Amino acid sequence: MSDPKSENAAFRKARTGRNIAIFVGLLAFVILVFVITLTHLGANALATNTL
Amino acid sequence: MSKTTTPELTPIAGAAVPARWQDYVQLLKPRVMSLVIFTALTGLVCANVPLSPVLAFTAVLCIAVGAGASGALNMWYDADIDALMRRTRGRPVPAGRVQGADALALGLTLSLFSVGIMGLAVNLLAAALLAFTIFFYAVVYTMWLKRATPQNIVIGGLAGALPPAVGWAAASGSTPLNAWLMVAIIFMWTPPHFWALSLTTSDDYERAGVPMMPVAKGEASTRLQILLYTLVLVPLALAPACTGLGGPVYLGIAALGGVAFIALAARLFVRKDRADAKRLFGFSILYLFALFAALLGEHLAGLHPLRLLALRFLG
Repeated sequence: MSDPKSENAAFRKARTGRNIAIFVGLLAFVILVFVITLTHLGANALATNTL
Repeated sequence: MSKTTTPELTPIAGAAVPARWQDYVQLLKPRVMSLVIFTALTGLVCANVPLSPVLAFTAVLCIAVGAGASGALNMWYDADIDALMRRTRGRPVPAGRVQGADALALGLTLSLFSVGIMGLAVNLLAAALLAFTIFFYAVVYTMWLKRATPQNIVIGGLAGALPPAVGWAAASGSTPLNAWLMVAIIFMWTPPHFWALSLTTSDDYERAGVPMMPVAKGEASTRLQILLYTLVLVPLALAPACTGLGGPVYLGIAALGGVAFIALAARLFVRKDRADAKRLFGFSILYLFALFAALLGEHLAGLHPLRLLALRFLG
């Protein structure tokens, strides 16, 4: 039978890894939306100035 | 000050090992995703429309995530048959590392995000094509065709063929003939590619009750159909050189690669050797990669013949 303590540590380590991955994913998503917004704003501003 | 305690972690019932983040990445089928990224990028570049690097990156990212989402949905639905096959039983869901419901949730979430971002940031045509691609792979291929007919990968191959059209639509907002020509090449390439693999893993498919061509119609019929599809694919792959999509480099690669492809398919048909099936499978990947790399390289380098002609007139 496997040791419950080491099993618990393995689950904790896996959960920490998953949490970090979710954090990185969400951060990347926020940055992506921010950069896309700036790109569209910039394009619209250029279009308005040329009119 | 009270000490913060971490709640006791208990393994999920049925889970033999804890799910690591790498298991969720594996649900997205990263190797399939890499081919999708490459063909979509080629479609995007071949459209020859100036696009902001941010939006180009976003489009390719959305296509990649959409492909990953359909992979996760496929692994959720097919967990029962994946568990019966040597090639797939180590996947996260059948191996018990990730619960089926989690794979489903990941697939649905990523589908919504990839299509939503594509629609909001790039354009609606690209988003609609991406949504159709995910639907076609996850529902039409995985749920309807895979267990029902030996034509499963012929029809289902459309899902894997669409990324260049999505990329082209993302860049230009339209999908002209040349975009669909790229789709047609991948569509016709899929049966000989996949059947060559299934010839070497037909025992697996038989055990799982999946009517892949070698299981349903026999190996001789499969080898004949591989040859017939190859005879259609090779001239089709030469067509971009006539429609202003491919240049001389592409034409050379398509011609030489096509001759080699036909030779390997003919040898498999005559010799009935499984080693030839493996060889054809490996070569088919190289062939498709070389075709799209030639298109991508020519367009990035400005070596397209029609473009050179236009520049000469302009100069």
